[in-house]
Amino acid sequence: KMAAVTRGSYIFVSRLVRRTSFRCAPCCGPVVQFKLSDIGEGIMEVTVKEWYVKEGDKVSQFDSICEVQSDKASVTITSRYDGVIKKLYYDVDATALVGKPLVDIETESKEDVVETPAMAREEHTHQEIKGHKTQATPAVRRLAIENNIKLSEVVGTGKDGRILKEDIMNFLAKQTGAILPPAPVQEIQTPGPSPPSAAAPAGRPTSPSTVVKAPPPRTTPVFTGKDVTEPVKGFHKAMVKTMTAALKIPHFGYCDEVDLSRLVALRTELKPIAESRGVKLSYMPFFIKAASLGLLHFPILNASVDEDCQNITYRASHNIGLAMDTSQGLLVPNVKNVQLLSVFEIAQELNRLQALGAAGQLGTAHLSGGTFTLSNIGSIGGTYAKPVILPPEVAIGALGKIQVLPRFGAGNQVVRAHIMNVSWSADHRVIDGATMCRFSNLWREYLENPAAMVLDLK
Amino acid sequence: MLQLRRTLALLKGETGNQLARTGSSLPFLDSANNSSGLVLQSQSTDVYQNLALEDWIDAHVDLQQRGILLLWRNQPAVVIGRHQNPWSECNLPAMRKMGIALARRRSGGGTVFHDHGNLNLTFFASKKAYDRKRNLKVVTEALRRLRPNLDVRATDRFDILLNGHYKISGTASRLSRKSSYHHCTLLHSADRSALSTVLRPSCPGILSNATPSVPSPVANLIDHAPSLAWEELLEALVQQYNTEFGLSSVFTLVDPSSECVFPGVGNISTELRSWDWTFGRTPKFRVETLLELRDEHLPARCSAQLQMEVKGGQVESCRLDVPAGWLPLWLSRQLSDVLVGERFCPHRAAAAVTAMLRAEKGQFHSRLNNLCEAVLAMMG
Repeated sequence: KMAAVTRGSYIFVSRLVRRTSFRCAPCCGPVVQFKLSDIGEGIMEVTVKEWYVKEGDKVSQFDSICEVQSDKASVTITSRYDGVIKKLYYDVDATALVGKPLVDIETESKEDVVETPAMAREEHTHQEIKGHKTQATPAVRRLAIENNIKLSEVVGTGKDGRILKEDIMNFLAKQTGAILPPAPVQEIQTPGPSPPSAAAPAGRPTSPSTVVKAPPPRTTPVFTGKDVTEPVKGFHKAMVKTMTAALKIPHFGYCDEVDLSRLVALRTELKPIAESRGVKLSYMPFFIKAASLGLLHFPILNASVDEDCQNITYRASHNIGLAMDTSQGLLVPNVKNVQLLSVFEIAQELNRLQALGAAGQLGTAHLSGGTFTLSNIGSIGGTYAKPVILPPEVAIGALGKIQVLPRFGAGNQVVRAHIMNVSWSADHRVIDGATMCRFSNLWREYLENPAAMVLDLK
Repeated sequence: MLQLRRTLALLKGETGNQLARTGSSLPFLDSANNSSGLVLQSQSTDVYQNLALEDWIDAHVDLQQRGILLLWRNQPAVVIGRHQNPWSECNLPAMRKMGIALARRRSGGGTVFHDHGNLNLTFFASKKAYDRKRNLKVVTEALRRLRPNLDVRATDRFDILLNGHYKISGTASRLSRKSSYHHCTLLHSADRSALSTVLRPSCPGILSNATPSVPSPVANLIDHAPSLAWEELLEALVQQYNTEFGLSSVFTLVDPSSECVFPGVGNISTELRSWDWTFGRTPKFRVETLLELRDEHLPARCSAQLQMEVKGGQVESCRLDVPAGWLPLWLSRQLSDVLVGERFCPHRAAAAVTAMLRAEKGQFHSRLNNLCEAVLAMMG
């Protein structure tokens, strides 16, 4: 049966791959037409689905060349030769015929093209040398023989430890390096007494010629790295637009220090309770709630201005955004209507948004509609920052890391305090320094004394 | 060595078909024993782990002397063929809501729905021994022995039909340099309503040369043979496999997540889970569709034409034809601009689009917003 005979000798088939013609390239080996050999089951044509190589690519034997599909079977075609791809006979989605050329490969030398009877791959490429099985193509073996190199002494860097032509060349280079004599000693002669015509001061001693040993010629390391230029696209392009618009806003900055010692103690108490309800409690829900309480007294910080700053809109909802570092870059999902939420509910919502962010599933609903933003850059590091306002908002706060620092407590004693720095930026066209300062003070008071928050919670 | 021996010994299940035990502890590497086959059953229902296991066996086990039969099933998942387009094959938003995973397998063929009521069989063999008809005969003969009154037949397209009409099994295969595997599904008691909900296109107007699925009416075996139990089916299949190939197989339960038994399998399943493999391998395609736009304030409506070219799952070019009276040309061009170079993914596009919307505060903000929403809804 034809099918039974050909199926078994799929890749190392040589009965079917007939070398009909080859052209000798000007300097390298012959160009061979690599034909699509039988897939089995009497199939005569397949669809080329994907190319793994393009014209000009270097391939080694057994590298994948393309993926073809036939009747629900997906087949990977691998190369039979080492060489350079010269021509692809089909485009993607074209129908390739069994027995017809698939690619042209320019092989390294005639040896690669020698027809061998169909035998196991192991016999074809292995050479037993003193019980060592070494993989190398015929061309590489010949090169080794010509240079009196034992293949067993060469380290193969190809697939499965195969010895490539480069490995032989490297081996040769190392060997000859050892045999060459060291750089010859050079005689450097200083010039003899200057000729009488020159304006030489009298009495200058004539120096005898000296023999100086020159250092061996030093090869300057060559840096082969190249600059890479690529266009700014997609999300990053949009960020360019956002940041350009943002910096049109006249920013002013205001920084302060917050003593979180009491908050740290409170959170330690509340963390297990939240966990028992299935929610992870960080400091952010407190910062967010305190900001919302502050915004109730300073609603101008929760506003937005239009294009030419003609109108200012005081937003009713406190949709507080949280800058989140995701695999895609900086995204700012927001918690909607913080003014209606408890600290626990804020924590729940944050957990949900963080999970969505990690999964890359934040949508427009989460990412738009924000009115005020907090950036917890301190979770990564840093103390002070100069955050950039995200239009159409008018203010933003960046929180530094919480550090344990010495401070003076009651009775002039030095105490351990948990200190965090906050850096605010606001739109100076509509916000003035005093407003920002008073808001920051109120926010700080809530956090330094969480009991005060309890009084004002709605 | 000793630990592996113990692990495998522990994993050996108790079935009536344990006809022989190999003396050596590592059946995978013991290729000397020609008359013994190997039947594996996966303990995992994670589709990526199971697909990774198939890959691992194909790459690492010497199949020249004997083949392997792998039995597995998954939690609800949609599995598309190697060269298919997920946006035209399945309903991605519905799948997200229902928590159904999407996987792209390495073999060709069409889209299938897997769940606990669907049995997958993979027949591993050398290239020489690749014979899909013979493998399907194992299934049809086993079914005939179990329930002689059932009319089950394999077709030329390697499907198995019940009563000449309902498809109960689909086939796909993969051929590598020396080895091959042929896998097929078998609908025992799958959730047919979930199946029909998810096997629908997400995205209208897709034009591509990706392998299309051929929809067929399906049925479960239990619809026509209600007393057929899952374990009964498995036993019969294993026995028929032995009969057909003249083997006395060793039956083993395997854990596809075990790096001890299958070193490197974790990397394979990570690759199969990645966006780059699942979506990024989609053959080049075009989208041509009409977007319905509306302005709530006026109210008013209009239609816009969208043309996109997507290669490797990324938007290569985008053309939005919005009537100039609706939205200034430069704004719709800006949106096209921002979409190019991003993944054809509603979440990635959402991030790009919301960043862009921040910079646009003018009178057209709400219409631009509406256009963005329409484009994102189209992406599935």
